[in-house]
Amino acid sequence: MGEQKGLTIQGNMATALGAKLCRPDVIPAYPITPSTLFPEKISEYIADGELDASMIRVESEHSAMSACIGASSAGARTCTASASQGIALMHEMLFIASGMRLPIVMAVGNRALSAPINIWADHQDTIASRDSGWLQFYAEKNQEGLDLMILAFRIAEDERVLLPAMVGIDGFVLTHTVEGVKVPAQEDVDEFLPDYEPPHGILDPEKPMTFGSLGTPEYYQELKYDQVEAMDKSPEVIDEIFDEFEKEFGREYNRITPYKCDDADIILLTMGSMTGTARAAVDEMREDGEKVGLAKLTVFRPFPGDLLKEIAGDAKGLAIIDRNISPGFGGAVFAESAGIFINEKKKPLMKNFIVGLGGREIFKRNFKEMYEKTKKAVENGSVDKMVEWINMDEEVMR
Amino acid sequence: MSKNEDKEMFASGHRMCAGCGEGIAMRAILNEAGSNTIATVATGCLEVTTTAYPQTAWEIPLIHSAFENAASVASGIEVALKQMDKKGETNIMSFAGDGGTFDIGFQALSGMFERKHNVTHICLDNEAYMNTGIQRCSSTPYGASTTTSPSGKVSIGEDRPKKPLARISAAHDIPYAATATIAHIKDLKKKVRKALDADGPALVHVFAPCPTGWRHASNDSVELARLAVETGVFVLWEAEDGEICDLNITHKPKERKPVKEYLKKQRRFAHLTDDHIEKIQKEIDEKCEQYGF
Repeated sequence: MGEQKGLTIQGNMATALGAKLCRPDVIPAYPITPSTLFPEKISEYIADGELDASMIRVESEHSAMSACIGASSAGARTCTASASQGIALMHEMLFIASGMRLPIVMAVGNRALSAPINIWADHQDTIASRDSGWLQFYAEKNQEGLDLMILAFRIAEDERVLLPAMVGIDGFVLTHTVEGVKVPAQEDVDEFLPDYEPPHGILDPEKPMTFGSLGTPEYYQELKYDQVEAMDKSPEVIDEIFDEFEKEFGREYNRITPYKCDDADIILLTMGSMTGTARAAVDEMREDGEKVGLAKLTVFRPFPGDLLKEIAGDAKGLAIIDRNISPGFGGAVFAESAGIFINEKKKPLMKNFIVGLGGREIFKRNFKEMYEKTKKAVENGSVDKMVEWINMDEEVMR
Repeated sequence: MSKNEDKEMFASGHRMCAGCGEGIAMRAILNEAGSNTIATVATGCLEVTTTAYPQTAWEIPLIHSAFENAASVASGIEVALKQMDKKGETNIMSFAGDGGTFDIGFQALSGMFERKHNVTHICLDNEAYMNTGIQRCSSTPYGASTTTSPSGKVSIGEDRPKKPLARISAAHDIPYAATATIAHIKDLKKKVRKALDADGPALVHVFAPCPTGWRHASNDSVELARLAVETGVFVLWEAEDGEICDLNITHKPKERKPVKEYLKKQRRFAHLTDDHIEKIQKEIDEKCEQYGF
């Protein structure tokens, strides 16, 4: 195995570098804060002759995803980057990419959705595309952003999966923040991720086929079932490829990673960059004798309910922390987690906390507060407020 | 039949209406393009009538994905083939109706033109959203009654002129833009060939009467396309390298027929009074003067 070079770079550079190591053929992209550095870096790699690929500087995100679909259907390894309004604009095409089983990879700088317009960290953009049929990965730090790009291509292109994948890194907190990363050697990535050989037909005049047919009621449901089955069966493939990656590159990935959960009464469930702060808070609370643990979601789609049950099934309380909100219910991670436990006799008491919307800071004290609130609910044996918003400014609220 | 192949590239047995102008156009266009062609198609009549799973009328590789993006998908294919050294002589074409070209697909089309992709866009213009039930489009001509611009006691129907799509396209300084109809098949094929041979993006705007939407007899589709040209309603021209000030008029009617002959065959214009028709005639006269005939 080649040496893994150490670099100190921003999150967008990490995902761009991850993409570059995967040798994509075509990158249609439209710039949007906070993921703009991704297409900039890709452009530089191409301009400097470091990457043999073609950028398509499209006129919108809708066209970015449309061009991805065209390029991928022609057999090209294809990726793009976007965020927020851009993902909202391409929403229509996300469903078509997955329905056509095209392994396109998208790097996301997770950002809030308007209105009010806001460019900062928030998971609403990708959570709003939860049902689009894409695999969804969320990074805690820049290293994960880089690694997950490589993993995303490998998993998406696996014949047993063949679904598009998005890799989210939190806007500014990761996209624009400099961290140390280890960069796998090109030859090792080449071995881990061989050339893309589409196992299905491609647009080829030698073998003409019609793609994107009209699916009448006689066929639609079965075609959707096939697609959803691929997603449902993907956890096995994801676990296998995560293991292989760890063996090859020495970094461990799990769909959910537990931390100090074995004897924990209360577990905090987090996703994205907030996890680092939560881990520090858990360490401090542990020193104070609190039986608290942490579970980090790396894969949100497919939702790792099997692992969540294993990790949190015996806990007394589960604090589910969402950086997104579905108005009229609560956070998406909460809804999914609660759904997973619905038929279980033994389950933790669950509370949902909404945090960090639109880049609102999330402090250690906030995690301690969420822990205390969950602990109190466990002691009372009931939850009086199912969904609570944390770190609200009373002055602004008045 | 296709020039170089022994079969039709657009198979019979599709689900188009009797007398559909698009079907006539498609047969000529795909046979001219030949089998070494990859196409994208926008959602619309052409797509729903030719691609119902598990059948297809397309003997060339085709991809449909959405309504507004035939040109963007084609951009992706063109770049992918070039990047993978597979482009060779393969034609890349995007097909859309007037809705998918004039309205919802215009941004994607403009982007494809501007980026200079080697893609030929074919607009099959039947002057309204026919697939969804004859709703008004920016391609709908003045005076036409549609389901969203109905004529009524206080309404003439569509009250705005048709958007000059081909001229706007040519203004992108693309190598080739042309107008064509299903009544002038040789001219249509010649223009498709020029578009495909152009070094860069090209547009062929094909006038394709719709018996269902225009409410004319299904055996009158070709005749109406001919009348549109002979009355000056639709002008046949081509522009190379964006020379829109010096259009090559490819068919000048010797003696222009009165527009009434064209209008009276279509029930979408049945409500028009003589005053309305006089106004339309005057506008056509002015337009033809601009075009130099």
